[in-house]
Amino acid sequence: MKALLLKRLLQLITVVWGVGTLTFVLMRSLPGDMAYRIAASRYGQDNVNSDAAALVREELGLNQHPLEAYWHWLTDLLQFNLGNSMVSGLPVIESVQHMLGHSMLLAFAGLMVSILIAIPLGLLSAWRGNPLDSVLMGLSSAIRAMPVFVIGVLFVLLFALHLGWFPVAGYGTFAHLVLPAVTLALSLAAVSNRVVRDSAKQTFRAAFYQFSKVKGLSTWQTFQRHGVRNIAVPVVAFFGIQLVSMIEGIVMIESLFSWPGIGHGLAHAIFARDIPVIQGAALAMGVVFVLLNTLVDLLCLWIDPRGVEQ
Amino acid sequence: MTLRASQWAGLSLLIGLMLFSVLGITLSPYSISQQDLNAILVPPNADHWLGTDHFGRSMLSRMAHAIGLSFALGILCVVTSALLGTALGVTAVWAGKRVDQALAILVNILLALPGLVIVLLFAAIAPGSFWVLYIAISLVQWVEYFRVTRAITQGVIQSPARQSSNMMGFGTWYQFKRHIWPAIAPSVFTLAAFGGANAILTMASLGFVYVGIQPPLAELGLMTVELFPFYSEAPWLLAQPLVVIALMVFGFHLLAGKRA
Repeated sequence: MKALLLKRLLQLITVVWGVGTLTFVLMRSLPGDMAYRIAASRYGQDNVNSDAAALVREELGLNQHPLEAYWHWLTDLLQFNLGNSMVSGLPVIESVQHMLGHSMLLAFAGLMVSILIAIPLGLLSAWRGNPLDSVLMGLSSAIRAMPVFVIGVLFVLLFALHLGWFPVAGYGTFAHLVLPAVTLALSLAAVSNRVVRDSAKQTFRAAFYQFSKVKGLSTWQTFQRHGVRNIAVPVVAFFGIQLVSMIEGIVMIESLFSWPGIGHGLAHAIFARDIPVIQGAALAMGVVFVLLNTLVDLLCLWIDPRGVEQ
Repeated sequence: MTLRASQWAGLSLLIGLMLFSVLGITLSPYSISQQDLNAILVPPNADHWLGTDHFGRSMLSRMAHAIGLSFALGILCVVTSALLGTALGVTAVWAGKRVDQALAILVNILLALPGLVIVLLFAAIAPGSFWVLYIAISLVQWVEYFRVTRAITQGVIQSPARQSSNMMGFGTWYQFKRHIWPAIAPSVFTLAAFGGANAILTMASLGFVYVGIQPPLAELGLMTVELFPFYSEAPWLLAQPLVVIALMVFGFHLLAGKRA
């Protein structure tokens, strides 16, 4: 347990360092003199001269040695001093908090719906076997071949433009949440229903499971006593693997549906080359990623105290 | 290596798409940026077999170029990351604990962030650059090969067969070819097929959020966004990139045979 937490802590530090370094390189590799660029965005394109640039350079310490600047960059980062957006001028930390909240809502809703789809379908195909099993597996293969944004576009075309049941994009009411969450859920469930099915099949075939039936427990009792926990371990562990596709899915879905979350913010910031926001958004994603991974580890340990399989 | 029927189906699907791309690039009389403003959003006809887009550009040429670009990136990324990952994976086991630990640190840094976020950050450094995308995607993907190769090689290195080969004085390359490669080849092959699909998906995803390949180049994700506003006038245009992306990914998944 201690080793596990220590490993995750190290990972957290690498995330902060990695994102910080990458964005520092990014900042430095932008074309043109930084002082002129900042002066231009402060005083307007027409009022920039070398005096204004020198003033900015002096004030922001832009004439530091690169290593010194790198050190300042990292120490700022450790104090959560993420600076202000270059576009809106608002503090990055506030907008990241906002975006994170919206993303969490979407992620949670998507995850819940995907669990509601994947677990019953996975158990059903393990329980019933062929031909239902083949049909469900074929369906999930077909959905898996579609990138998240293709599923999203198809949903928009069908449910928003043709049927008009839900708004095309945006944020605010519950109706706005439905399409993004279902898109995310479907793309997650298409993979995880296989994991549920495999895990359930293995458990149903296991000797201890057969024995508990033979000794006279009813089907439901056997499932409840001997099935649930054993099936759950690989499923929960798989969720840790699926976190990656969940975060990637969120980036795509938020951009598609204009959901004001962290992925949408990141894509916009990259397009606008708004480096403080890029750093803030990437950092938030990385930190959430590590924290959720830790949570999954702990959950696995709780379900199966014999130790987490790697 | 013998392929199963479904793997043959996947392979033929991919070869078919590749042929379409090569023939389209070489035989189509239109370039990807050549406009015909008298023929905007026309349905497929004798002149423009797949119709034209909102600037009157030939969709056939654009689709052929986009598919070619996707395959080029997919294959480059697969070859690079497979070579790098396999070589480092075998080295990590063979070269002893120090090297292994150093590589483990590198891998943990790369695994600390979701792949798409790393690629997005790289894309921010040089927007619209094919080569930056290639480097970023390969950088993310080699880790998979590394982990799998390392795990399998650990068993093979200890095997009596490999050790007696070593004691009989066979060279490093022979030992790799004779003992290690047969053990890791099936896994590397499966990973490569999924890796090809993922590379193509990643490029399309970046194009879709407008930070990947930039206009006027043709790219599947980018074309999806460009053609989306014209959905009600010309649904057949939007369908083309969507169907092709799904076919490409499906082809690679079939080729992989096993599932991830």
